[in-house]
Amino acid sequence: MSKLKVLQYINQFFAQIGGEEMAHIAPELRDGPVGPGLAFNAAWGENAEVVKTIICGDSYFNENLDKAQAEILEMVKSVGPDLFIAGPAFNAGRYGVACATIATKVHEELGIPVLTGMYKENPGADMFKDKIYIVSTRNSAAGMRDAVSKMAPLALKLARGEKIGASIEEGYLPNGIRRNFFDKKRGSARAVDMLLKKLADKEFETEYPMPLFDRVAPNPAVKDITKATIALVTSGGIVPKGNPDHIESSSASKYGEYCIAGVDDLTAETYETAHGGYDPVYANEDPDRVLPVDVMREYEKEGKIGKLYDYFYTTVGNGTAVASAKRFAEEFSQKLRAANVDAVILTST
Amino acid sequence: MKLELGHIDIHDIQFAAESAVKDGVLYVNAEAVKALVLEEENLKGCQLEIARPGESVRITPVKDVIQPRCKVEGPGGVFPGFVSKVDTVGSGKTHSLRGCAVVTAGKIVGFQEGIIDMTGPGADYTPFSKTVNLVMVCEPVDGLKQHDYEAAVRIAGLKVAAYLGELGKDVTPDEVQVFETKTLGESFTEYPGLPRVAYVQMLQSQGLLHDTYVYGVDAKKIIPTLIYPTEGMDGAILSGNCVSACDKNTTYHHQNNPVVADLYAQHGKTLNFVGMVITNENVYLADKERSSNWASKLCEMLSLDGVVVSEEGFGNPDTDLIMNCKKIEGKGIKTVLITDEYAGQDGKSQSLADADALATAVVSGGNANEVIVLPKLDKVIGMLDYVDVIAGGHDGSLREDGTIEAEIQVITGATNELGFNCMSAR
Repeated sequence: MSKLKVLQYINQFFAQIGGEEMAHIAPELRDGPVGPGLAFNAAWGENAEVVKTIICGDSYFNENLDKAQAEILEMVKSVGPDLFIAGPAFNAGRYGVACATIATKVHEELGIPVLTGMYKENPGADMFKDKIYIVSTRNSAAGMRDAVSKMAPLALKLARGEKIGASIEEGYLPNGIRRNFFDKKRGSARAVDMLLKKLADKEFETEYPMPLFDRVAPNPAVKDITKATIALVTSGGIVPKGNPDHIESSSASKYGEYCIAGVDDLTAETYETAHGGYDPVYANEDPDRVLPVDVMREYEKEGKIGKLYDYFYTTVGNGTAVASAKRFAEEFSQKLRAANVDAVILTST
Repeated sequence: MKLELGHIDIHDIQFAAESAVKDGVLYVNAEAVKALVLEEENLKGCQLEIARPGESVRITPVKDVIQPRCKVEGPGGVFPGFVSKVDTVGSGKTHSLRGCAVVTAGKIVGFQEGIIDMTGPGADYTPFSKTVNLVMVCEPVDGLKQHDYEAAVRIAGLKVAAYLGELGKDVTPDEVQVFETKTLGESFTEYPGLPRVAYVQMLQSQGLLHDTYVYGVDAKKIIPTLIYPTEGMDGAILSGNCVSACDKNTTYHHQNNPVVADLYAQHGKTLNFVGMVITNENVYLADKERSSNWASKLCEMLSLDGVVVSEEGFGNPDTDLIMNCKKIEGKGIKTVLITDEYAGQDGKSQSLADADALATAVVSGGNANEVIVLPKLDKVIGMLDYVDVIAGGHDGSLREDGTIEAEIQVITGATNELGFNCMSAR
């Protein structure tokens, strides 16, 4: 069997071009493997090889979505690979979204087998796990070796059109397609094991998660916005300068509550972002870009809204667990309700 | 209650002039067995065949599978309410012919019997490709109604299994297992530090040939009750089912209930296995409400910390499963459920007909809708007339080249919900 030709997509960081400050770079096609491609080539040996690498800045991809995708598709067409690998992106949110977006596009438009990998809580995972195979990785690049060991064999199977087993066997994120496989223990023994764990309040994994959706019905429209008290809430990480409560830059464990009574404008001297998942330059230059206090004050003065609520709530939505986010919101929504706030504007990044 | 279960390993079955168990071989006098079958006035013919693991043999339509056993010491006899009187069984000594089974076959309902392949890909899905099987293909008298046919084949199969089991009565077992469940009072003092656990077994009782029997009583007429786990080992619970082959519990499954075995294996070590609740899966809402109320009430009366709940069948009984889960969890007792899935051939559909957030711990026997192609095998025991209409088959399932394309639903025991197999789904 001849060596399979692989094209890999990575970002500016994994190409060792730079961090956020270089996230604006346009896609570039290089010969041979770059960064993680070396590990993939080592894992594949004579079976497959990264022949070319596409490098693209995360900001460029996400801010020029159509253009970036078109440019990259042309590059893929010019190479004509047997397989397209994107990432792995671990818990890097915009990189994960970029990997999954472009891999899906390559698969759908060009019919080429594709594979990406990322941490299960990467937003790209939820958005695309039903469309392409996404290998479940650890939450940081320290898990590269583990990621390659799972992605390399699955990639070969995909490229060769072989039968793909159940998610638990192959290491991809459950994609809503139930597949049978033969476990090591019989079902009754698995049930007794699971019961013992459940009785001991230890962690266990159900084999069939019940289909439940956390649906939130939209509230009715605000009757009279000119009389309404409106609060600002953000996951964009805006905090008073110095981040007094030390909200983490990723995987936040807490949220902040800060008074903006008498504040008409957030400035570079008084506020900043604690968020570690996007280029903070513009948010730090003018934090109103993420938490629009200035515009709200204008609307307040013009009588377009009743009042801007005196406090805002903020956290960092960067790899933060859904369970944590839910817990934060459950707490501060009670406070907002107690303060008779009529509506909330939620901003992200 | 204490039972010594002696296993006599059987490596082969052979027809012979005299029935006997000798050196691991079950010798069968075919005429004696046929005569026993034909005692049933509703049966006019019986073809006997032997199917061994690895042989290019397909058995269909399979109705039930039964393990030959006999009572050596203690009250009662095997299959109480049918073959034996209704003495309470499950204590003393019982001998079991391990490695062999009686398979009953015949086109009773046609679309609700199964397939056992002794080799090939289909063999991986059924436990009965690993047993040496004595297959009885039973022919009904003319004009016999299906439910009378089912009853005749059921009783003939039990009688043959009891007859063969009796041949091991004086044979020294290769292995003896001892199972003991103390009285309720003793169970509190025996292992005071261990969590109190019971097994809730849901019995198929939707009716219209979806029936299970307990000491001869149709399970849809029972109110959930307590039973010693060893009682089942003597055939107190048995199958009268003509329901989808993959997830009905054959009599063999009841005799060898793996949940019972695996809870006993942990008894006194990590948990205190205090007993077993049997409940049913009737179709009327009032019956479902009553039975789940009673099942959860019995769990409460036993002062349990946790239970394993096993389902039988799918669809309608999914609602019983979820009701049991909600109500037992509602008593502060933790549950693990064993079920199987009907996620569609593409695996994309919701697997169960019902769901609840309290069902946090579920073991799956696999997706019954997954499609398999079974190769043509050299010999068919029974008949292929019904392959196209069998549950899990479709028009054209039986292809011209003799291969069968169908869902694994057609394979006897494939997605068993007692957790008999290793298969699961993700």
